[in-house]
Amino acid sequence: MSNEFYRLRVNGVDHEVRDAWAGESLLYVLRERLGLPGTKGACEQGECGSCTVIMDGEAVCSCLVMAATAVEADIVTVEGLAVDGEPTDVQQSFVDAGGVQCGFCTPGLIVAVHHLLDRNPSPSDLEIKEAISGNICRCTGYGRIFEAVRQARDARAANKG
Amino acid sequence: MSITNATTIDEALAALAVNPKARVIQGGTDLMVEVNFNRTTIDSVVSLRRVAELRRWHVDDDAHTLRIGAGVPYAEMERPPLCDHAPALAEAARTVGSPQIRAAGSLGGNLGTCSPAGDGLPVLSALDAVVHLRSQSASRDVSVHDFMVGVKRNVRRADELIVAVTVPLVTGFQGYAKVGTRNAMVISAASACLVHDAVAGTVRLALGAVAPTVVRARGAEAWLASQTSLVGTPMVSEALAREFGARAAAECSPIDDHRSTAEYRRHAISVLAQRLLLRAATGSATALRGIRQ
Ligand SMILES: Cc1cc2nc3c(=O)[nH]c(=O)nc-3n(C[C@H](O)[C@H](O)[C@H](O)COP(=O)(O)OP(=O)(O)OC[C@H]3O[C@@H](n4cnc5c(N)ncnc54)[C@H](O)[C@@H]3O)c2cc1C
Ligand code: FES
Ligand code: FES
Repeated sequence: MSNEFYRLRVNGVDHEVRDAWAGESLLYVLRERLGLPGTKGACEQGECGSCTVIMDGEAVCSCLVMAATAVEADIVTVEGLAVDGEPTDVQQSFVDAGGVQCGFCTPGLIVAVHHLLDRNPSPSDLEIKEAISGNICRCTGYGRIFEAVRQARDARAANKG
Repeated sequence: MSITNATTIDEALAALAVNPKARVIQGGTDLMVEVNFNRTTIDSVVSLRRVAELRRWHVDDDAHTLRIGAGVPYAEMERPPLCDHAPALAEAARTVGSPQIRAAGSLGGNLGTCSPAGDGLPVLSALDAVVHLRSQSASRDVSVHDFMVGVKRNVRRADELIVAVTVPLVTGFQGYAKVGTRNAMVISAASACLVHDAVAGTVRLALGAVAPTVVRARGAEAWLASQTSLVGTPMVSEALAREFGARAAAECSPIDDHRSTAEYRRHAISVLAQRLLLRAATGSATALRGIRQ
């Protein structure tokens, strides 16, 4: 579909995607066409979760979304979470708890954890495990990641008073 | 390559009528893997992502049936209120992939792919589901048993959409159990769905990943009915359950492949069928412990 274009709304901004092959994944289009490389790709088959984005309120693997079908969708990537360039509470808790080693899995996890805490502000340990069961980390052994999520959860509860 | 982003079923059917070679995409969790790895050449695509009609489900209280749109994601099946109407489907949905996969994947896609390891399919088989197919010129209802014809083969015609499935609302225990190499994110090496109809006095058992399609263990079902009354809470001894499992295992035709061996699969079926029957007898549903749905 050269000469044609479609529009994607990513982090509240409309983008025109031109001269693209229609079968491209959203992961590819975000990274290679829209200059948003925060979303990572590893397996391109839905197994690792490093490409997780929020689409219409659901956390999905962007490698499994055909980008040209994502028109009219509200897409949020890891770049769209921070406000005024400040890290979010979840990002900060990952730093504080040492939940980042090589960092490759981190953007997908940050998106998945935001999605969890926005729906369920007080998840149990089991609910945390379940929510990030689609995000693979090959470095940390998950202990510090769980700790980071607990810290973010508890801080949100404390802030609410 | 062209894309039709349909917003209604009619619009999608019109696009398929013009070009039956077009590939349908709903959640993309099967199709995009093929696309990403160049395992398929695609001429054009009809996307159902924005077809709201396919995302609906409803209960018909008079007919005692539940109709689920082909595009309803697993994430919805595993949660209330839908999970209460088809508990085995909810259990199966909870075992699919990861939260990201369950947010996108659908029964339309599970039926479209028609893998014998598809986790929705044993449930549809055990419930004797009807698959509703529609083309621009006609509609037809096909029993799920006739819909699945081989490994990744079904009777859908190229210009047809799977629009929904209908299953009966059954009084009695129903459950789904699956074995794989680990707990999360795993395709079934063997699976089973058991539905006990306490009013009709029947037990139906469907087996996954142990034959070219999902199959029913009709011999084991009939044998069980001849051994004990299945009206109300069935009386099931350990020995009876073991024999039921052994008979179910004898009815499947598993193969060795990269996921498992025929021998292990047969053994797994005997254990799964036995456990599900004992659960039916004790009435123990397995809510996901500690997880609020
Ligand atoms: C990481 C990962 C883990 C997975 N784990 C599991 C698992 O545990 N259990 C399991 O069963 N599956 C699993 N799957 C496979 C997949 O998620 C399921 O088969 C799912 O049901 C597919 O639904 P979909 O809507 O995403 O299908 P799509 O990929 O959109 O479509 C699949 C096929 O069905 C056709 N199709 C879709 N909708 C229709 C329709 N309405 N009418 C006609 N044809 C249609 C498409 O043309 C295509 O051929 C997994 C996949 C991935 C990537
Ligand atoms: S790159 Fe999408 S899940 Fe791995
Ligand atoms: S920090 Fe390296 S993969 Fe998670």
